[in-house]
Amino acid sequence: MSRRVRIAGKVSQMALVLVGILVFRAEADDTCLECHLQLEDNLQAPALQIKTDVHYQRGISCAGCHGGDPAEVDPESSMSPSKGFVGTPKPQQIPSFCARCHSDVEYMKHYNPKLPTDQLAQYKTSVHGKRLTKGDTQVATCISCHGAHGILRASDTRSPVFKTNIPKTCSSCHADQKRMAPYKISTSQYNDYLQSVHGKLLLEKKELSAAACTDCHGNHGASPPGLSDVAGACGECHPSNRDLFEKSPHKEPFQKARLPQCVVCHGNHKVLPPSDEFLGVSEEAVCVRCHRPGSKGYEISASFKTLLDSLKAVTEEARQLVKKAEVAGVKVGLTKFDLKACEDAIVRSRSELHSFILTDFRTLVQDGMAKAKRVKQASLVSLEDLEIRRKGLIFSAALILLLCVTLWIKIRKLDSRKENP
Amino acid sequence: MASEGADKKTRREFLNFFLGGGFTALLGAIFYPILRFVMPPAKSEAFGGSVAAAKMGELSPNSGKIFPLGDRPGLLVHTAEGEYKAFSAVCTHLSCTVQYRPDLGHIWCACHNGHYDLTGKNVAGPPPRPLIEYPVTLSGDNVIVSPSRGA
Amino acid sequence: MRFFSAVYGWVGERLNLTPLVDLIKKKSVPAHRHSLWYYTGGMTLFFFAVQVATGILLLLYYRPTAEAAYESVQFIMTEVKFGWLVRSLHSWSANLMIGALFVHMFSAFFMKAYRKPRELTWFSGAFILFLALAFGFSGYLLPWNKLAYFATKVGTDIAGEVPLLGHSVMVFLRGGEEVSGATLTRFFGFHVAILPATATFVLLLHLLLVQVQGMSVPPALEKNPNRKSIPFFPHFILRDLLGWLLALLLLVVLASIFPWELGEKADPLAPAPAGIRPEWYFLFMFQTLKLLPAEIWFVPGELVGALAFAVGGLLWVLIPLLDKNPTGRWGHWVSRLGWVVVAYMVAFTILGYLWPAGK
Repeated sequence: MSRRVRIAGKVSQMALVLVGILVFRAEADDTCLECHLQLEDNLQAPALQIKTDVHYQRGISCAGCHGGDPAEVDPESSMSPSKGFVGTPKPQQIPSFCARCHSDVEYMKHYNPKLPTDQLAQYKTSVHGKRLTKGDTQVATCISCHGAHGILRASDTRSPVFKTNIPKTCSSCHADQKRMAPYKISTSQYNDYLQSVHGKLLLEKKELSAAACTDCHGNHGASPPGLSDVAGACGECHPSNRDLFEKSPHKEPFQKARLPQCVVCHGNHKVLPPSDEFLGVSEEAVCVRCHRPGSKGYEISASFKTLLDSLKAVTEEARQLVKKAEVAGVKVGLTKFDLKACEDAIVRSRSELHSFILTDFRTLVQDGMAKAKRVKQASLVSLEDLEIRRKGLIFSAALILLLCVTLWIKIRKLDSRKENP
Repeated sequence: MASEGADKKTRREFLNFFLGGGFTALLGAIFYPILRFVMPPAKSEAFGGSVAAAKMGELSPNSGKIFPLGDRPGLLVHTAEGEYKAFSAVCTHLSCTVQYRPDLGHIWCACHNGHYDLTGKNVAGPPPRPLIEYPVTLSGDNVIVSPSRGA
Repeated sequence: MRFFSAVYGWVGERLNLTPLVDLIKKKSVPAHRHSLWYYTGGMTLFFFAVQVATGILLLLYYRPTAEAAYESVQFIMTEVKFGWLVRSLHSWSANLMIGALFVHMFSAFFMKAYRKPRELTWFSGAFILFLALAFGFSGYLLPWNKLAYFATKVGTDIAGEVPLLGHSVMVFLRGGEEVSGATLTRFFGFHVAILPATATFVLLLHLLLVQVQGMSVPPALEKNPNRKSIPFFPHFILRDLLGWLLALLLLVVLASIFPWELGEKADPLAPAPAGIRPEWYFLFMFQTLKLLPAEIWFVPGELVGALAFAVGGLLWVLIPLLDKNPTGRWGHWVSRLGWVVVAYMVAFTILGYLWPAGK
């Protein structure tokens, strides 16, 4: 088809649309929408999506971002550069495109005073931002995560950047092997995360305080935490363990060996519930990954495990005795209360061990064990009650037997008197 | 003959006496426990209802006390303003027993550094849910906590 | 002594006690080689009296709701003075009462005490048996522990399998479709009000009949003109008393050597533990139902079993009418049948205990 014919076709199409608009006068104030709604495929899509867009709802329509004149019906003038029309921004242009408003503090105060305005500055420090500057158009820009035309508030559960949707949004690129291959980045993070404690908490239990990608990597300034920043990142939610680690004998050696702190033992994306088997010198233990047999570290690792195991064993014995006493029906109220203190000690020890200071740990464990021993003692004393009762009742039984014998004698006497009056 | 009869009589009397005495002892051994049974023990409300957590004046302002609530721990706080507040002391994270920190003026869990404010709300650290608060009544000399009517 | 005669005199001026006193003075009880069995009824009554007394004491502290029942029994056993004793006596005496009841019933059966004119005594006795089992079944749930909960569930499940009425009966018993706090409250109502009220009347009737008609004598000895007897007062009474003392002795020994445990609190959401079975007096029926094949001629095996027990029970109650010739051959066969029944009940009870859990 010749060019002239094509243009003629397009013009007559527009004319028809114009007539349609003039006749129906649907939304006289926004011709962008009116026109684009009549089109097809990816020219129509934005018009369909814009209704839910947070910008549109606050009065910022197509022209608000793309420029142009929404009052003009004629596409030649409504989409004219003289009217400020900029068309579709290229990938490299997108961050500054959005930042025109979003980095303007005074401007944003009108719409949402508490929304941060540092996104562009953050983005420039991120891996995505840095690569974009170097000309890589494959990396994520604003619209990759937020969408372009149907942008929802981050607090809207349907938004791709709502907490529970974040892993999926990040993984739309980061789990795509073809896409990640040139960067030589692994694509297993999403799968790993789904199996992790954080993944299960966030995605299955809908626990919004659980860590998602952005909690450790940041959102606009997304990059992996520095090797010595890992404890800080984890420590936002696990402050005790961070503090204990910071004062532990592991801190400096890890820094020197360029080891990523918490990740060394707990992993990064596939953080599983830690088992007590992490500790010690068995095959599953993490300590022996570094500490060779015969070394001081090896001895200390073994001691930690032994101490924890003893505390657990004694507490379990105490628990069994308390249960035995309760089932038998003797007093256990206060003993159960004290047993809880032992169980608390076990929970605390699992946290406190992160300082890896053996003397501190030993004190805590021995304290717990002393409590457990007291609980055992108390249960045994309660159970002794059963013995005391047994002895008491045997005594009464003897008395009754004596009475029976006496009565029997009386009966015999009565009988013989009846026979020999 | 007569003496034999007299002998028999005294033996019979002795037997009757023994028998009567034995039965009286038995009745005593039955009625004594019954009498002790029907008098209620000192700790008359062992479950459900209310617990006397502390005596008036036992806790100074800005201090707390762990007390047994059935077989679970409860926390009684005497705030700096003089109000009594009671909570379940079982941390909603991993069930450690929480405590009142006078230096912070609120509730803290030693296991993983969880913080709760004086409404029981979890404000920092891993706890996912607030502590349950229980109504406190002052009755005579006692500070009474009523878990059965808890929020 | 003088005090008692003074009181007796005072009452005598107002009520004519002479006929009653005469009756007691003249009343005699047959004495023969089987007369030892006469005391079994009194021992059952003694255990029942212990139940009433200990039951009333427990009532002062027990709470019949799912939330508080277990805790209240725990309170009785751990805090109330001698609470453990009252509770243990109540649980043991229940079992001994039913045991004595069975011995009493079978001794009456084999001695053919049910023959004319004592049929009513047998019928009222049958009713008492039913009441005693109902007492046992309803009382067993009240501590609200795991064993009790599941035993009740299984028992009422079986009741529910009877065609037509079964489901309604089950819902009536459970106070709903499932065993719940409603069941507990309902069973408590049965156990402390409905059953005691009914039992009082039927027991009084039963005892009155025995007093008015006197003790039955085994057929063989009936014709003997030289039948010996002993005066009711004081000889028989003292022997009865000795029987009660021995019963008390047994109760005390069992309560101290095998104290009744509290168990674990019932958890309706937890699965049933392996090896659930009812108390020993229902065990032979439970074991029979377990061994029946799943289907007998297209009818569920359990249903056949339940109906067989119902029919068997009915025949047992109607024995006085069915044993047409107690002294003749027919009577002999009835007795032999009785031995078969005893052997079956004993064998299947033992089997029930030996049966491995979880099968």
